[in-house]
Amino acid sequence: MNHFPEAWGRPRDDVYGSYDRSVFGHDAAGPTQHTQQPIVTGTSVVALKFKDGVVIAADNLASYGSLARFNDVERLRQVGTHTIVGASGDVSDMQFLYEKQLENLIIAEDYQEDGHGLRAKHIYSYLSRVMYHRRSKMDPLWNVLLVAGWDDGKPFLASADLLGTTFSSPALASGFGAHLAVPLLRRIAPDEASVANITREQAIKTIEECMKVLFYRDARSMNKYTMAIVTGKEGTNDEPDIEIQKDVSLKQQSWKFAEKIRGYGAQTV
Amino acid sequence: MTSIGTGYDLSNSVFSPDGRNFQVEYAAKAVENGGTAVGIRCRDGVVLAVEKLVQSKLLVPGSNKRIGTVDRHMGIACAGLIPDARHFISRARTEASSWRKNYHTPIPVSSLSDRMGLYAQAYTLYSSVRPFGVTSIIGGMDEEHGPTLWMVEPSGVGWGYYGAATGRGRQAAKAELEKLDLPNISVEEGVKHAARVILIAHGDNSNKDKDFELEMTWVRAADPAAAAGQTEGPVKAMGKHEPVPKELVEEAERQAREDVKGDEEDEKMEG
Repeated sequence: MNHFPEAWGRPRDDVYGSYDRSVFGHDAAGPTQHTQQPIVTGTSVVALKFKDGVVIAADNLASYGSLARFNDVERLRQVGTHTIVGASGDVSDMQFLYEKQLENLIIAEDYQEDGHGLRAKHIYSYLSRVMYHRRSKMDPLWNVLLVAGWDDGKPFLASADLLGTTFSSPALASGFGAHLAVPLLRRIAPDEASVANITREQAIKTIEECMKVLFYRDARSMNKYTMAIVTGKEGTNDEPDIEIQKDVSLKQQSWKFAEKIRGYGAQTV
Repeated sequence: MTSIGTGYDLSNSVFSPDGRNFQVEYAAKAVENGGTAVGIRCRDGVVLAVEKLVQSKLLVPGSNKRIGTVDRHMGIACAGLIPDARHFISRARTEASSWRKNYHTPIPVSSLSDRMGLYAQAYTLYSSVRPFGVTSIIGGMDEEHGPTLWMVEPSGVGWGYYGAATGRGRQAAKAELEKLDLPNISVEEGVKHAARVILIAHGDNSNKDKDFELEMTWVRAADPAAAAGQTEGPVKAMGKHEPVPKELVEEAERQAREDVKGDEEDEKMEG
């Protein structure tokens, strides 16, 4: 995956050449266009399963192009009692999903009053259908979503993106994190079986490390983030414990190593 | 009912010469025959309770609910015709969700009862429809007003209450509610009183020998910390509407039965 959100879902120009607009004939403006690019964007979301749950984190920055426009945006959202959703990509599309779609979904679920609530897999299924539906309308919601939670007595973690693509893995990251964080996460979670050996503390530490690496290397990131830890009771669908830590700062982060680096920005070497 | 047979009661929206709309009055009669419903406005929330008469032993316990969740912070308890009640609640859900869509904020309880009042009233205006055979008690909580309680009748009229009762046992229920120090009690106390009020209302009418199920919900501060420590005045916080936990309902019902029995024995001794 390319880490520039505006390139998601497009054939790469360096491989396929730029798009040939002459196929539209007389109308060079092309057919009706809906959202063709994200405007205000959030960067990576990273998540990792551990023995009794999942850790998920996303920073609080919303960028307007390269401008760090908003620094207090919550990109993780608790949905119902079993689930945390994290979104990268377009922030207004994220707000539409969180504040309209998912809010209504949960309210309507409570109409039943049957003692059941939507769990992580249900939320994920719903979201992936919405994402696929919108891409089929040629009007995609420009996001990559990670759904973390508890289901079937096990930790749950899966991804759905603007193309309607869905997949699952014990370690997931969107955006820049797909390049930088996933290799770090896979060191301790190479496969599903390894999850049983990962402790909560280990998972939190690894996610913290990923957030730090991403802050060092991703120019659309910031040093303040939100982390959610879902901890369930093995073999049951009982309500898991969900701890949401807001305004977390990076630990032991320092630019000291960069003091001697020359040749960037306004410096004249 | 001296006017029966005069012809003015056959069509909806037709006035009688002395200015009454009989179809609406008949709808109110349908409500009077339904199981009792009460609402209690407390300091930190609202309690809704209904006396659900068990029509058949073959029914699964808990079926045919008469209290509906309308939005996170609001519920409606109904007395009267159950199918009418279902539609009424469904309409309330549509109103609540459309308010959220338009204003991006939960609908205040007073606004919802206003809208539901207008809706019910529209069904008194046309010969092609009949009025709702339902009186509904709307309870909810919000940050501006704290807990509030409203009751909308088949005519479309709706008032705010500290304690509301409708259905067959409403007279006895109202008498009991008036004895309470509303709205200065806690939701937990409200639950106990609601169970007792429903029990007394049940004993007061001709369904006395029929079995009934006690259905009870509450709206209380979604974040308990918001209400903690405040001992006076309404708790102004967002609420959550949900069924009262089963153990609490059972305990409240048990205690209510004891209280009512004790009162009856006292009366016998005095008599």
